[in-house]
Amino acid sequence: MTTDHDSAYDSLADEHGGDARWAFGTGFDDPLSGVDTAIPGGVEAADLAVYCLMLADDALVMSQRLTEWCTNAPELEEEVALANIGLDLLGQARLLLARAGAADPSIPQRLAADLPHEDALAYFRRAAEYRNVTLVEVDNGDFARSAVRLLAFSTWRLALLDRLTSSRDPVLAAVAAKGVKEVTYHRDYAARWVVRLGDGTDLSHDRVAAGLAATWPYVGELFVSSDVEQRLAAAGVGVDPAGLRAEFDDVMRQVLAAARLQHPAAESTVDIAGRSGRHTEALVSLLAEMQELARAHPEAIW
Amino acid sequence: MNGLIDARTIAEAVTDPELPMLTLADLGVLRSVDVTVDGGVVVTITPTYSGCPAMDAMRDDLRRGLYAAGYSSVDVRTVLHPAWSTDWITAAGRTKLVEHGIAPPGPARERAAGPIPLTLAPPARRIACPLCGSPDTEELSGFSATACKALRRCRSCREPFEHVKEI
Repeated sequence: MTTDHDSAYDSLADEHGGDARWAFGTGFDDPLSGVDTAIPGGVEAADLAVYCLMLADDALVMSQRLTEWCTNAPELEEEVALANIGLDLLGQARLLLARAGAADPSIPQRLAADLPHEDALAYFRRAAEYRNVTLVEVDNGDFARSAVRLLAFSTWRLALLDRLTSSRDPVLAAVAAKGVKEVTYHRDYAARWVVRLGDGTDLSHDRVAAGLAATWPYVGELFVSSDVEQRLAAAGVGVDPAGLRAEFDDVMRQVLAAARLQHPAAESTVDIAGRSGRHTEALVSLLAEMQELARAHPEAIW
Repeated sequence: MNGLIDARTIAEAVTDPELPMLTLADLGVLRSVDVTVDGGVVVTITPTYSGCPAMDAMRDDLRRGLYAAGYSSVDVRTVLHPAWSTDWITAAGRTKLVEHGIAPPGPARERAAGPIPLTLAPPARRIACPLCGSPDTEELSGFSATACKALRRCRSCREPFEHVKEI
């Protein structure tokens, strides 16, 4: 063992031998260890990586918003539920970020060559490099608005993941098959809250109606497909979100009727935003908080 | 045989850090254990939930146990397909859960063709209280101290308890 250290972190690393972990990341082993990550024929590796980033970033940013409810939820049970949902989505994000890194290692290597791909991608990309839809990045608002957002998100994601289970990429298909089981519970949770609030008191009805009005402008973007999504869908590897609208509307109609809420009018034409890296100020603030320590002390281990 | 304790026996005895009454074999996450020609071991496990933080500890415990038993190399691999189901929890595992006050899962929901149905009210279920045995219990929350459990309450003995929910 050497005793000459450049920094306290080096001595920590020696003390703990091979068990030292980067302080901010998952600290876990590669979640895809032993999984075959060969690129299926007919798709560009760069396209597959970007597609995985899209699905990963939706889950990662939504997870970060859900964890903001920790210590702030109206009841302990809801705090536990929201944290659990966030944890499921974080797990989906990890697998998808790792899959993105395996498909195109040049992206994580350019960001932080020494870190696991998933950590490099989560902590060292700027907002303009994130590919999530706008819906997941906007502020939580009150509990009612968060419930509506979670309902819209999980309804859309469940429809997407359900179709992705037949992807020609076995990794995406497997991640989707696990995700379907999880998001089914998330959607039921959010739907029951929207019904309980909408069909509750005048105050809770008004709050959830306001949440619906605040959330709906971000719904249209969920069904606009980018070039990458269209190419991946054509190759049988991805899902074209334009095809998810009917199922989404059907589920929303069921929930809103039970909640005595008016179905919002169809939104005006929307353009691609998050999928092409165009984001609101809300994502910049969210990432500043999520990434701050890792960027300030990039070499810290424990 | 090389005189070492069978690798499968060691791997099967590793416990879940969050449900320590269950071994990896009870839980159904241990998918295969193979000894290579040069005396190493390849273990494959499958995650319960995508974000389950116990996976990391399971990998470490598998490595520690197998190295301690004298195996020269230990490779713990992940397999994602087919996705884990609570149906894979063994009969012995279910008995242990009840003995520790946790209601075991029922059969996982059969998936019908078409879109996944929405469930707007918790389905009326006959989940017996693991403490007093009464079937008169209700769900308090679909989520509990770990991702894999729901929180319920017994209307007979009034005690809350956890239930491993079906996936």
